[in-house]
Amino acid sequence: MFRYILRRLLQMVLAFFGTTLIVYALTFAGQGDPIQALAGERPVTPAQRAYLTEKYHLDATGVGGFFYRYVDYVKNLLQGNLGESLTGRNIGDILQQAWPVTVRLALIALAVAIIFGVSAGVIAGIRRASIFDNSTLVLTLLVLGIPTIVLAPLAQFFLGVKWQLFPPTAGSDPTFYALLLPGIVLGSLSLATALRLTRASVAENLRADYVRTARSKGLVKRRIVIVHVLRNSLIPVVTFLGVELGNLMSGAIITEGVFNIPGVGFNLFRGIRTEDGPLVVGIVSVLVVVYLVSNLVVDVLYAVLDPRIRYE
Amino acid sequence: MSDFETVAATENQAARRGPSGEPGTPNQVGAPHKPRSLAGDAWRDLRRNPIFWISLALVVIFTLMALLPGVFTANNPNDCLLSRQHAGPSGGAIFGYDFQGCDTYSRAVYGTRASLLVGALAALGTGIIALVVGMLAGYFGRWVDAVLSRVIDVVLGIPLLLAAIVLLKRVSSDSQWARIGAVVFVLALLGWTTAARVVRSSVITAKEQDYVAAARMLGAGHSRIMWRHILPNSLAPAIVVLTIALGSFIAAEATLSFLGIGLKAPTISWGQDIDTGRIHMREAALPLIVPSTFLALTVLAFIMLGDAIRDAFDPKLR
Repeated sequence: MFRYILRRLLQMVLAFFGTTLIVYALTFAGQGDPIQALAGERPVTPAQRAYLTEKYHLDATGVGGFFYRYVDYVKNLLQGNLGESLTGRNIGDILQQAWPVTVRLALIALAVAIIFGVSAGVIAGIRRASIFDNSTLVLTLLVLGIPTIVLAPLAQFFLGVKWQLFPPTAGSDPTFYALLLPGIVLGSLSLATALRLTRASVAENLRADYVRTARSKGLVKRRIVIVHVLRNSLIPVVTFLGVELGNLMSGAIITEGVFNIPGVGFNLFRGIRTEDGPLVVGIVSVLVVVYLVSNLVVDVLYAVLDPRIRYE
Repeated sequence: MSDFETVAATENQAARRGPSGEPGTPNQVGAPHKPRSLAGDAWRDLRRNPIFWISLALVVIFTLMALLPGVFTANNPNDCLLSRQHAGPSGGAIFGYDFQGCDTYSRAVYGTRASLLVGALAALGTGIIALVVGMLAGYFGRWVDAVLSRVIDVVLGIPLLLAAIVLLKRVSSDSQWARIGAVVFVLALLGWTTAARVVRSSVITAKEQDYVAAARMLGAGHSRIMWRHILPNSLAPAIVVLTIALGSFIAAEATLSFLGIGLKAPTISWGQDIDTGRIHMREAALPLIVPSTFLALTVLAFIMLGDAIRDAFDPKLR
């Protein structure tokens, strides 16, 4: 167990350096003149140029210079120093304000997925090939097939603007009610996947030998399902939902952008729109780390939850 | 579909030819009817599945729309007059006009081409990468498999949207074809992993078959065995996965265009139109609803088609 976690940690460190290297190489290295890019249209005096060259070690050329600046970037990233956006705000501060909102939204989405997805999945798995099962399967296929850029604006228009059931946009300090509709939209995809996963897993476990044993012992169906089948069926669902939490936190760009929720995804959305390079790179770097860590946590969780999984 | 039917036909023949070692002896002893192959069963299932027919019809309609947009609408999508901004339906414009005063329906029809083109090219690129990687990993096994499988793991771990944002920000060119090429390249580069895993596992199954051993005994080289014997028999599952992937590539392209880093202005794309429609939804809803519906139907059609074929070919579900 310990060795397994250690090995996964080492893999993650490798993946971290790999992805940050790619992000860095693609965004910073190889661009024309970084100093001119920083200054925009204004002329740069030789003194300023010399100062910036000295500060960022831009005179070191070739592979050595590239890695020197890459190490600088990683060092800053690890210290939480993400630099400033083009509008002059500290990116760390922006993220600090944005995280709580994004986490709240992700938790609402996850709750929606668990409450509706898992319970409907259990029912569909028990009553396979019933009307309920078939209609949920078609519904989940629809939800999985409709992209967020269709779902989010249409939900906003019909439920928010036309029928006014929910507030169409969230303000700077969103309430739970304002986050509910975006949470449902964001969670619908995980809901559909969780439902299908639960259904398949329950249906498979119902055929297992231990269920037959339990039934022949004379246990009532309710007890078989709740105590025996559910405990074994929910293992893949729990791990999926863990991965999803990581995805939801990093993948809410469209939903937060459409509903005007001041979270991390919204800031990334705005950064892309206003061509704010440093802001985009800073946020993407942090999100990649979040993604990697959540994957690691889930892998370890999986190993803890399911004793059948062996790790050398 | 034609590739798929060829594969189905070869499988049929293989089944009819009977077990190896008895060349020429038909498999059916005493039974006059044809033996039921997996492909035959799957086709019987598919024929009765309404989802299959609906999605197939949608795919055909949208493909026609991409090839011959002029048949579906008489109006020019670039004929825009600000004076009729958000005007109601009139003349050929059955869904009215958008913010720029362009025909909403006509723009949606002409937007099909870019979406399907990007989706199809990305699926093609994905297919080529997946076939090469999956074939090499599955056929040679050992360290080749180990290395390629780790590469698949790493690429699978990269979040698609974030990586696409970083990659596409590097493309400064605004020319139509450069942007289409860039989006296709990014999607293919990040999206080939699932298909590669599918190819790998079907190659591993196929290479243990008797006909491969027979070919090897007859002195066929690695490349001949791979391309002439294993490939035709492991193509079917890959094509199904790629059909589903095509749908999700179309959705991904629309998402990138929506964000403003995918396809740009002279190209008509649903993603951009959804974005402008969204901003002005309070004044007029149709410029948002029409491209949204087109996009959702296209994506759904491909995903449901692939899903139906996959279900029909999965003997475990039977």
